[in-house]
Amino acid sequence: MDQSRIRNFSIIAHIDHGKSTLADRLLERTGAISQRDMKAQLLDDMELERERGITIKANAVRIDYTTSDGVDYELNIIDTPGHVDFSYEVSRSLEACEGALLLVDASQGVEAQTLANAYMAIEGGLEVVPVVNKIDLPAADPDGVAEELVGIIGGPTDEVVRVSAKSGVGIDELLKTIIETLPAPEGDLEAPLRALVFDSYYDIYRGVVALIRVVDGSVSEGDSIAFMANGVKLTADEIGVRRPAIERTGKLSAGEVGYLITGVKEIDLIRVGDTVTHSPHGASKALAGYAEPKPMVFSGLFPTDGDDFERLREALDKLRLNDSSLVYSAETSRALGFGFRVGFLGLLHMEIVRERLEREYDLDLVATAPSVQYLANLTDGSAVTVQSPQDLPESALVASIEEPYVKVMIITPAEYIGTVMELVQNKRGEMGEMNYLSTERVELHYLMPLSEIVFDFFDLLKSRTRGYASLDYEPDVYRVSELVRVDILLNNQSVDAFSTVVHKDKAYAYGRAMVKKLRELIPRQLFDVPIQAAIGSRIISRETVKAKRKDVTAKCYGGDITRKRKLLERQKEGKKRMKMVGSVEVPQEAFVAALRIGDE
Amino acid sequence: MSSTGRSVGPNAPKRAAEPWVRADDPLLADAAREWKSAYVHIPFCAQRCPYCDFAIVDESEVGAGGHDTYIDAVIAEIALEPDFAPLDAVNFGGGTPSRIQPHQLGRVLGVLESRFGLAPGCEVSIEVNPEDWSNVFADGLVAAGFTRVSIGAQSFDETILGVLGRGHGTTLPGEVVTSARAAGFASVSVDLIYGHPSETTMSWDETVTTALELHVDHISTYALTVEPGTALSREVHSGAPRPDDDVQADRYEQFCEASAAAGFDRYEVSNHAKPGYACRYNLATWAHGEYLGFGMGAHDHRWGTRSRNHRRLDRYYSDISQGIRPRLGSETLSTAEQDRDAFMLGLRLGAGVLLSPFARQFLDSDEGSRYLDAGIIRVDAGRLVVNDPMLTDAVARESLSVSAGEC
Repeated sequence: MDQSRIRNFSIIAHIDHGKSTLADRLLERTGAISQRDMKAQLLDDMELERERGITIKANAVRIDYTTSDGVDYELNIIDTPGHVDFSYEVSRSLEACEGALLLVDASQGVEAQTLANAYMAIEGGLEVVPVVNKIDLPAADPDGVAEELVGIIGGPTDEVVRVSAKSGVGIDELLKTIIETLPAPEGDLEAPLRALVFDSYYDIYRGVVALIRVVDGSVSEGDSIAFMANGVKLTADEIGVRRPAIERTGKLSAGEVGYLITGVKEIDLIRVGDTVTHSPHGASKALAGYAEPKPMVFSGLFPTDGDDFERLREALDKLRLNDSSLVYSAETSRALGFGFRVGFLGLLHMEIVRERLEREYDLDLVATAPSVQYLANLTDGSAVTVQSPQDLPESALVASIEEPYVKVMIITPAEYIGTVMELVQNKRGEMGEMNYLSTERVELHYLMPLSEIVFDFFDLLKSRTRGYASLDYEPDVYRVSELVRVDILLNNQSVDAFSTVVHKDKAYAYGRAMVKKLRELIPRQLFDVPIQAAIGSRIISRETVKAKRKDVTAKCYGGDITRKRKLLERQKEGKKRMKMVGSVEVPQEAFVAALRIGDE
Repeated sequence: MSSTGRSVGPNAPKRAAEPWVRADDPLLADAAREWKSAYVHIPFCAQRCPYCDFAIVDESEVGAGGHDTYIDAVIAEIALEPDFAPLDAVNFGGGTPSRIQPHQLGRVLGVLESRFGLAPGCEVSIEVNPEDWSNVFADGLVAAGFTRVSIGAQSFDETILGVLGRGHGTTLPGEVVTSARAAGFASVSVDLIYGHPSETTMSWDETVTTALELHVDHISTYALTVEPGTALSREVHSGAPRPDDDVQADRYEQFCEASAAAGFDRYEVSNHAKPGYACRYNLATWAHGEYLGFGMGAHDHRWGTRSRNHRRLDRYYSDISQGIRPRLGSETLSTAEQDRDAFMLGLRLGAGVLLSPFARQFLDSDEGSRYLDAGIIRVDAGRLVVNDPMLTDAVARESLSVSAGEC
């Protein structure tokens, strides 16, 4: 296809604003998929993606479109995740495009996430088409939202496309706008091959499948190719596009988007962000790649049954095949035994990985409360990074502790400004800029310790603003803070998995709330179980789970022993999800109790 | 209370059950494993008590008729049962067995006797509601062959009787005890329920004292339990206070102390008796003995199979009229599973359980040693005994991790 008739674009949208539905509608309207084969949200492959209605992995689909005057076009939709944890995937997708649709729910308005991604697209030089979706909802305010969009990206309000992805209203107009407004790719067909790997995934039959955008030249099956960053030389075994079913084309030329299979099984050999060229006669200069995503949140994952440690390792290895952002190393906890310290991009990423491990690999896991990566400057002048609170050196050896800060953007209805400010202040946030998006909605900027966000900040923000505020953040600097480690003792034994690093001004309140929460969560045992919070050797709070006094049925109706035994078996099954810590039975949810203490 | 007369006639104690034998004597518990019993379920009640989830027929809803039809059906069911051994214990439970006239109950007993035989000294027990009692009724029961009566007193506090939905007042149970003695019952028991949120330490103390002053031979004390589907459960779910475990544990201890001082031994979690008066049917049930069950919702245990009858009267009748056992279901257990059951049930006995291979396996497990170290169980003269009966289910639950068949 001639480059002038190719359009490559992403859809930027917040969760639930209808991105996948819009993609489905475009596919359907252009005949890429028949009504009969239509499953809702075609682009979301993963079971979890469908279930939660979110997109985790990037995805690319080619559709053919013929205009009313009979001109054929090739459109490549590069789908992007809509959650803050996965914004690095958004940045990759945008690199493969010339344009983006900025899709906003007519009843919700612009959210922080969308705004952050829209800024990313604009900075990347992409042409952005504003689209208001769900215009047929009773609560829709298409004009108000159009005003907001124009406020962000400029241009006249009448250029804002209004659609209902669900019913199909406005889809034809949107296709027309895509053709007319988005620039065609302008690669050099004659130049040496340069193609960007913008994502990859592992297929058990085909090995690593790379999603590529050809920038210059062309690549055909059988070509000898090289990956410029790591110098790996391979042969292009199979080349094609997804519609969304795989269609082998044998060749991709400048401006086109598709997949490339080399038969390689090791996902690490084909790095996302790398440039593919020919070898020999390759390009001399690689395309600008991406920075490796850095894990921001760390949590210990331990199998409930110690025998499952190897199975957990295998499962993590397999998950990593499709998720190179996942990092992990073996960790030993006195309380929980052998497990892994796992780094995640954020809380949702953590939740998803854990859920996939449990569901797809049938593992029963205990997760510890998430932590960030601290930097401890020691009195001897050296420094150590600490991903797990239990690894923090003794306070006498520590000169200072630095913690990661993030730039936070919150968009909220103006009536909640006071509430949000109070919450952020309470979480050690520092106020930055404040912009009114419209008379009703405000964009607030803060600098905040990441550790405050990974706990319960998002939930609190949502509940205090009745769900209206949205949040986005990006890593900023490390700063010295007055931090202490609060340890928890169960039955007079320190339980490493419960240790948490908190600001010293909050240590007392945290300790008190934590022991109180644990007292609620830990069931009564055969003996009194004291629960204490301590900083070093100083006990700051104490509660006791009193010994169980009664655990017996009064009688057994008419000799119904079967029922009695089954009841005991059911109860026993319920206890399996408990972890023995010393001689104390601790339910799994206790290990993330820190996340649930809220404002107590 | 004198035990004179228990060594003669049809009420002569059997084997270890001599009048001087403590109710929690291990020899008695071991003998009970071999006893053969029969349970007859009489489902009729004047009305359903708010805490009860048993299979009953509420006469206030269906009318008081139908007793004779039911007795005929039970007799027909007994005829369907394969041969068994002579019975060491028969228990009529309910529901409210005293809703049925003595001669009708006697018909059932007679059929049991002619079908299986009654072993010498067979204990024939019946649960009664004080309101159904009269001297004539008492004489009728004794004439029919009943030797033991268990009186549903529940409480001697008017307030508690009110919340439990019991209308018999606080004085009637005492009169029933006197009348039963006069009629010649060899063993008299009262049932008590403790731990209702309206109960106080003082009111329970009053109930216990009153019960002990009746000089009965046996007392059963049941912790009030919120069973799903009951009126009590609905009250609790709509905000009424729930019985408190700690309070119930206190009440239990309070009772155990007072009854022990009065000469009672706790031979099962909820049952206390003076020497010679352990209820055989009770003991046999927990000692893993075999028992037959007749009537709607009844359960039985023989040949390693546990079966249960239909809990609905229409289904029960329909099967009987077609000449088939009115079974709702059954399970057959392997020898190893039976050993596990014997252990689990025997834990409830004051005498504990013999150190079977299963018991030893449990003692060797982490769970077992934890319970041993915590002093919740002990090993005593070749038996495993639960020191704190209030934690019996905790021990039983842990023993489930020793999988049946491993030993």
